[in-house]
Amino acid sequence: MLGYCLKRLGTAFLVALFVSVLSFVLLRMSGDIAIAIAGEGAQSADIELVRKTYGLDRPLIVQYLDWLGQAARGNFGESLYFKSPVMGIIADKIGTTIILSLTSLAFALAIGIPLGVLSAVYQGGLVDRISLAVAVTGQALPNFFFALVLIMLFSVKLRWLPVSGSGTWAHFVLPTIALGYYITPPFMRIVRAGMVDALEMDFVRTARAKGLSKARVVLKHALSNALVPVVALAGVQLGLLLGGSIVIETIFALDGLGYLAYQSITHKDFPVTQAILLMLSVAYVLLTLTADLINAWIDPRISVR
Amino acid sequence: MATFSTIVRKVTAHRGLTLGLVLLAAIFAMAIFAPLIAPFDPYDQDLSRRLIPPFWSPKANPAHWLGTDNLGRDYLSRLIYGARISLLIGFAVMLISGLIGTLLGLIAGYFGGKTDLFITFLITTRLAIPVVLVALAVVAMIGGSLTVVILVLGLLKWDRIAVVMRAATQQVRSLDYVAAAEAAGASVPRIILREVLPNVFPQLVVVATVEAASAILLEAALSFLGLGVQPPLPSWGLMIAEAKTMMFFAFWMIAIPGTLLAILVFAINLVGDGLRDVIVPKGRG
Repeated sequence: MLGYCLKRLGTAFLVALFVSVLSFVLLRMSGDIAIAIAGEGAQSADIELVRKTYGLDRPLIVQYLDWLGQAARGNFGESLYFKSPVMGIIADKIGTTIILSLTSLAFALAIGIPLGVLSAVYQGGLVDRISLAVAVTGQALPNFFFALVLIMLFSVKLRWLPVSGSGTWAHFVLPTIALGYYITPPFMRIVRAGMVDALEMDFVRTARAKGLSKARVVLKHALSNALVPVVALAGVQLGLLLGGSIVIETIFALDGLGYLAYQSITHKDFPVTQAILLMLSVAYVLLTLTADLINAWIDPRISVR
Repeated sequence: MATFSTIVRKVTAHRGLTLGLVLLAAIFAMAIFAPLIAPFDPYDQDLSRRLIPPFWSPKANPAHWLGTDNLGRDYLSRLIYGARISLLIGFAVMLISGLIGTLLGLIAGYFGGKTDLFITFLITTRLAIPVVLVALAVVAMIGGSLTVVILVLGLLKWDRIAVVMRAATQQVRSLDYVAAAEAAGASVPRIILREVLPNVFPQLVVVATVEAASAILLEAALSFLGLGVQPPLPSWGLMIAEAKTMMFFAFWMIAIPGTLLAILVFAINLVGDGLRDVIVPKGRG
């Protein structure tokens, strides 16, 4: 068990390190940063000055190590567009994205788990068919199109919710549905499959034979088994949500990390893009690591494999 | 080995697969015969005929069945030509990512050990990188075009294919005929190409199909955000972006390309799921 944890930790660290190299290289590929900092139409003397001040004349590997060292201490440099420290800007926006990710995950679980359970208990029944339709539609609808349909329906026609912005809780409702629906089908499928398997197992039959009620057997015995893989899936999906929030936050002008990422890309604000890329990747690594460790703790068989 | 007629029988017996193939064939036909079906040139602007509403409106123009966009281009013609872009993206991305993913998966699954550890590490790293963010950033840097979008998505989307190919290869690797080929002294490339690849091919087809659908959705999202296929190309995602400013009074201009995208992805997913049932051996899904 300890060996497994150390191995997973080591891999996670290496992955994070490799990702940091990639995001650094990506920034350097994007052109001469000295010109970008000095501004368009700058004299070559100014560009040289910028190159010296920012240490851009040093070997790449030195620059990378310096950048990594600063990044590890939370210093991602200064935004070229906002003219203020990148970390401060990110700190302002990250809360919105964390809230959106959690509400979307909650939405997906709240829809996916009950529908998955019901469609496994009543296989081939009406709920099973409806769930299948919900899952198939969720996988086929482009999420930005679904978001526009939601805006049209709930903001324009019914006037229940705001079109865009991020002031109040009401601003989170439509983005949550748009983002949450898109990750619902995998949860539905995995819970349904787990329940179908669990319901055929001996311990479930024993529980039924003992005279326990069907609802109790389904909820207590079968569901607790079917929920094990949901933990790992939640880790992965939460990581994907952080990326998916770019499209959804941009559509709803929800002022989080995703919208900031989009703005930084269109403004060619490399330090911000780079910092967000690194943060999202590290967040994904940490989330999957946590999910794996929780899983190994719930189900000790995993760490032996 | 199943004969052709048994495969045909299995396919037609599978309702989802049949429906998927029919829908997909219709969209293919639309893409291939676009010049014959489309009533107008999709790039032809006519500012005197801007924003004509579709046939259900009293102000409709019978020449423009689905009306015109804000530059006076025939909407139906643009939709028809748009099928070409989505299908091209799906195919080309599938080809590139399929090649990378299959190669990595075969090597990792066949050799195991340190090689497998290294390739698994590459896959894990790739999974940690947010596709949308990197794709947007790269397109913003080098400029958007159909080729750039295809290359970027192809180079990013091989992870699932590699995962599936690795697992499938591991299963096949332990089977008797691979051991027999090894004992007979066949070279490693020969074993991989002649013994392993044909036996993991069904799984490859299934996962590549699903990935093509996801590539089509990604292109649409990138184009929608303005960092994908560039105007005046009639990409469905781009058409939705162009119609966004008019969405409150001309929502059909968003609803139609959006629905077409959903139908195309739905059809491809149906085919993928159906193929899994029909061609992948039991217990190897």
